[in-house]
Amino acid sequence: MLIQIKNLSKIYHLGGVDVHALDRVDLEIKQNEYLAVMGPSGSGKSTLMNIIGCLDVLSEGSYVLNGKNVSGLDGDQLAEIRNKEIGFIFQTFNLLPRANALHNVELPLIYNGTGRLERKEKAEEALRKVGLADRAGHRPNELSGGQRQRVAIARALINNPSIVLADEPTGNLDSKTGAEIMRLLDDLHRSGNTIILVTHEEEIARHSERIIRLLDGQIISDEQIN
Amino acid sequence: MRYTFSRFNEYLVMAWDALKNHKMRSLLTTLGILIGVTTIITIWTTIQGLNQYVYSKLSGIGAGTIYVEKNPWIIKGDYWKYRNRKNITYKEYRALKKYSTLADHIAPEVLSLKNLSYGNEEVKDIYVIATTEQYAFTAGLFPETGRFLTEPDIRSSRFVCVMGAEVAEKLFKNENPIGRKIKIGSDRYRVVGILEKRGSAFGQSMDSFIIVPIGTFRRVYGGHRGLRIALVTNNPDKIEELKDEVRGIMRRVRKVAPGAADNFSINQQDMLTDLYAQLTTTLFAIVFIIGGISLLVGGIGIMNIMLVSVTERTREIGIRKAVGAKRKYILLQFLIEAILVSSIGGLLGIVLGYGAGSLVLAQMEITTGVGFTSIAIGFGFSTTVGVLAGFYPAYKASRLNPIDSLRYE
Ligand SMILES: Nc1ncnc2c1ncn2[C@@H]1O[C@H](COP(=O)(O)OP(=O)(O)OP(=O)(O)O)[C@@H](O)[C@H]1O
Ligand SMILES: [Mg+2]
Repeated sequence: MLIQIKNLSKIYHLGGVDVHALDRVDLEIKQNEYLAVMGPSGSGKSTLMNIIGCLDVLSEGSYVLNGKNVSGLDGDQLAEIRNKEIGFIFQTFNLLPRANALHNVELPLIYNGTGRLERKEKAEEALRKVGLADRAGHRPNELSGGQRQRVAIARALINNPSIVLADEPTGNLDSKTGAEIMRLLDDLHRSGNTIILVTHEEEIARHSERIIRLLDGQIISDEQIN
Repeated sequence: MRYTFSRFNEYLVMAWDALKNHKMRSLLTTLGILIGVTTIITIWTTIQGLNQYVYSKLSGIGAGTIYVEKNPWIIKGDYWKYRNRKNITYKEYRALKKYSTLADHIAPEVLSLKNLSYGNEEVKDIYVIATTEQYAFTAGLFPETGRFLTEPDIRSSRFVCVMGAEVAEKLFKNENPIGRKIKIGSDRYRVVGILEKRGSAFGQSMDSFIIVPIGTFRRVYGGHRGLRIALVTNNPDKIEELKDEVRGIMRRVRKVAPGAADNFSINQQDMLTDLYAQLTTTLFAIVFIIGGISLLVGGIGIMNIMLVSVTERTREIGIRKAVGAKRKYILLQFLIEAILVSSIGGLLGIVLGYGAGSLVLAQMEITTGVGFTSIAIGFGFSTTVGVLAGFYPAYKASRLNPIDSLRYE
């Protein structure tokens, strides 16, 4: 089992009120699963993604990733896991605005000590895979939304992560560009990656094999499709 | 180790890129450092140049030379003590000459200002030094052409003179002065020698004077003028003994009661170098306080801008953390940025300060070489300020929570 989440809660304390962003969630995800997370706004989808991606920490419960209990780890240990195991794709792309595509893509490699030349080679290769070989020198503001998201995907893949997390990756894109991005994710899944995808759209969710639905921080349904 | 170093390189490049993206801001950030380092280096360079110069000039006085004079060279607020002192007399010179066993050379000096003329050429207010042939040794003067005063000149109180190079140039345009007769006041003197040119010190020519036998001078102008007596020992280690001996002789001649204070002074070069050293030490202290304050202000400026920069780049920090940057790497990135911006200010300050210092010295006709110390000081100070000022903002950046940073608008 790649991911084992038991009784997970995330509680925010806001002015004396406890907000349960996640409320006693149990979830298991296998290697090479393609999972879509759905639910209304504020239901806790992003919170769940961030905890799975080790960007955020849980309040209660336990989270075991790849056989490793993540709940007790400190900031630097989590950073290392993010670097090695996780590839993020965000709705808002989250690229460094002043860096060109190549530099954005190689960023994770800088933090694991890969040498300059190897970094450049790998980043170019990753850009080629997402069809942006000719845009390596462009800054984000010189790229279209779809191209930016592909740069972000190349960055997510550069370290061969065991999980790719995509939080509404098509949310800021038109439907045609969104479809291209989904094709890329489908390809990734076919080549063996585990993908967790947050979306509002049923059509996008149908790219996956399994859909879980959240409401008020709880999983209300979990179904295999096709 | 190599791993760390390649990392360091990495962050240097990152920092450079970040600074390049905000050229104007970076320059303003480092302005305080630039001013601080410029101040320190300017004054440092100036003082170093002055030091070399002053010590080279002062050492011309000679470490083995003492001067018996009415007053000390340096009077520190107790000037009333010296008000009633009597001039050093010719008789006292005779006594020192007769009784001193440690002095290798001894010369009396009487100084006065006179007008000189030769034919139609006239120069006014030239120092006339009335002395003996021994003055060549006590003052370290050598004739360029002709000869110095001789014992027979002195014994017979001849009307002869030896000229400083500048006086000779002024009086004799195209003629060889040796053997010519010039007038000092209304008396005629034969020129027997011209001295080597010595250039200038502290903006004053050291070649503008004329030397005559002391007997001649006393015969013409009377013997009432005060003297200064120069005594030289060829062995500078014996200078304290020489001073004791001279003091003893002077006290005996002047009949100073035992236990009473000297009513004359014995001066030597040390007093000047000591005073100069005291002055420059004070100056150094002032410079370092001023420089220190501007560096402090500069440091606060850097810290301030770095804090703004960290806030502005919260999202960037979030992104870096999201892809796996550990705390120390974020810390390093911002710290190196602060050090880099500060060192750039420091480097500019070194260049400007060195330029300004050299300019000041050039005004005084002193040349200097590039001081390694000044570069080290400028660089050391600015780097240190960078580290101190950059640490807190960098630490703050490194502690940011990744998820909050990513959400930061
Ligand atoms: N930093 C925070 N402080 C307080 N409450 C928070 C914080 N982050 C999220 N929440 C709350 O947690 C709940 C879940 O938020 P989350 O972002 O996971 O929702 P979501 O399902 O991703 O919504 P959306 O579809 O709009 O992105 C919300 O009620 C939200 O207000
Ligand atoms: Mg969300």
